[in-house]
Amino acid sequence: MGLDTKPLSTLRGKSSYKLEDFPVPTGREEMWRFTPLSRLRGLHDGTATLSGNVVVHVEAAPEVSVETVGRDDARVGKAYTPTDRVSVQAFTSFEKATVITVPKEAVTSKATVINLRGEGNGAAYGHIVIVVEPLAEAVIVLDHQGSAVYADNVEFVVGDGATLKVVSLQDWARDAVHVSQHHAHLGRDATFKSFVVTMGGDLVRLSPSVSYTGRGGDADLSGLYFVDAGQHIEHRLLVDHTVPDCRSNVDYRGALQGDEAHAVWIGDVIIRVEATGTDTYELNRNLILTDGARADSVPNLEILTGEVAGAGHASASGRMDDEHIFYLQARGIPYDEARRLVIRGYFAQLIEKIEVEEIRDRVLAAVEAELAR
Amino acid sequence: MSTLEIRDLHVAVEDKEILRGVNLTVSSGETHALMGPNGSGKSTLAYAIAGHPKYTITSGTVTLDGEDVLSLTVDERARAGLFLAMQYPVEVPGVSVSNFLRSAVTAVRGEAPKLRAFTKELKAGMDALSIDGAFAQRNLNEGFSGGEKKRHEILQLELLKPKIAILDETDSGLDVDALRVVSEGVNRFGASGDTGVLLITHYTRILRYVKPDFVHVFSAGRIVEEGGPELADKLEAEGYEHYTKANA
Repeated sequence: MGLDTKPLSTLRGKSSYKLEDFPVPTGREEMWRFTPLSRLRGLHDGTATLSGNVVVHVEAAPEVSVETVGRDDARVGKAYTPTDRVSVQAFTSFEKATVITVPKEAVTSKATVINLRGEGNGAAYGHIVIVVEPLAEAVIVLDHQGSAVYADNVEFVVGDGATLKVVSLQDWARDAVHVSQHHAHLGRDATFKSFVVTMGGDLVRLSPSVSYTGRGGDADLSGLYFVDAGQHIEHRLLVDHTVPDCRSNVDYRGALQGDEAHAVWIGDVIIRVEATGTDTYELNRNLILTDGARADSVPNLEILTGEVAGAGHASASGRMDDEHIFYLQARGIPYDEARRLVIRGYFAQLIEKIEVEEIRDRVLAAVEAELAR
Repeated sequence: MSTLEIRDLHVAVEDKEILRGVNLTVSSGETHALMGPNGSGKSTLAYAIAGHPKYTITSGTVTLDGEDVLSLTVDERARAGLFLAMQYPVEVPGVSVSNFLRSAVTAVRGEAPKLRAFTKELKAGMDALSIDGAFAQRNLNEGFSGGEKKRHEILQLELLKPKIAILDETDSGLDVDALRVVSEGVNRFGASGDTGVLLITHYTRILRYVKPDFVHVFSAGRIVEEGGPELADKLEAEGYEHYTKANA
């Protein structure tokens, strides 16, 4: 923090649908300083060749409608205006958007799974809009797999009294690059629960953000990541409390192992003057399993009102506790198994929050696979 | 019949010598009380035998039935038949008691117990120590009261059935009821006759419930006096002052 430090609330003011409004980042900007731009394969400077393909296939619950629409559809970009160069590049470049609508008061009988399969290493751009109409309830899974250089924007519009639970799996092949914006726009008394799991890819930069339009909005943002040698995994959260009496809770936990494994977590929470009665808490933890791995964790909480119900943040990055391992080993449990138990335990509370059983099992299996490396 | 034999053991922590030549033999069928003032090195002895990485053995030997304990890893020592009931068991987030106990029992017995039989065994063990059934689903030591932690240590002792158990101030921080329950557990464990107990304590209170065959007085890193149960009575009456002064 230097003398030139500016409040978040002013830094985050900029948004536009026009590419020219965002200069090509140099890496010195606050919002780009952790990201290795050279590994973005041109997504940030317009040099990416549009030869890639990310196939979108939706397995929908019977209650929801799925449409593929063009750029001119009125619902596209309605809840979200791009806030950075890659996001606006994706917004100005995608050809077809997927719009999923959960009708008013519908309660979906099963999860709607959006499969996104990368088929190669040319650049591809995408856009998804999920509209949950008032009082409806839905579970959406975004399942990213394969090889891709992919930038996209996902808009979640959660209507008054509606509930949306989202699981986003970044289960990419090792060479994938993915830069993504997830924006949730919450109505009055709307509930949004997001669970992000990032395991794969060479570089993944995912920016979940939340805005509120009415009292009683409730956002719960969880994330789990496992970073291996050479991977850059970055999560940048922004919760902008502009309305009174809303709630947000952020809990992101990661483990890192191997040379040049790099995790970045930025947690920005703004409580504006008018957002009295806000209740917010954000937490990030990083478990560093080997030398050569690095975690940058930056919580920023900016409170502009004197009347909050609760506001806090915590960040902790460190090694596994030797005393935990000693205790388990002292009961005969071999070192490797003791280590697995401790890491599993570290993620357990988080994984329990995943409500889709198949996804929970898959995440557990993925953690196990990482531990077996 | 098993024997833990400690010979001329010297132990340092960060280059500071804490144990200065400990000699002690504990055989099955015996209960030894190791008593001494705070800071005399009692816990260091316990943790050094268990293999805690903080403690460096500078000289001496520890054998269990002739096998060199000091060359074994922490988990190998436990599987060889040593058990340390800890004074301050650590909290391990996200690891349930039942999962932990099953993993430990599997490791020590060399095969996974049948689930039904294990559930039954666990329930019987918990009942005997007046531990509530919901306990098994809680995270390991997380939010446990002092008494719950100690009962849980004794539950592990009874499930793992080591050859030699070292109990590090298991009596500290317990109210009388908890002390009685915990002592009964220790006595059940000792009653089989083929196990030995080394009870480390600061106070004589637990010795009303767990009767020692031998009492050793520990001061400034070594045993300074040995005797039968009557030595504990003497300590009760006179305290440790006499020993700490002699070593000053």
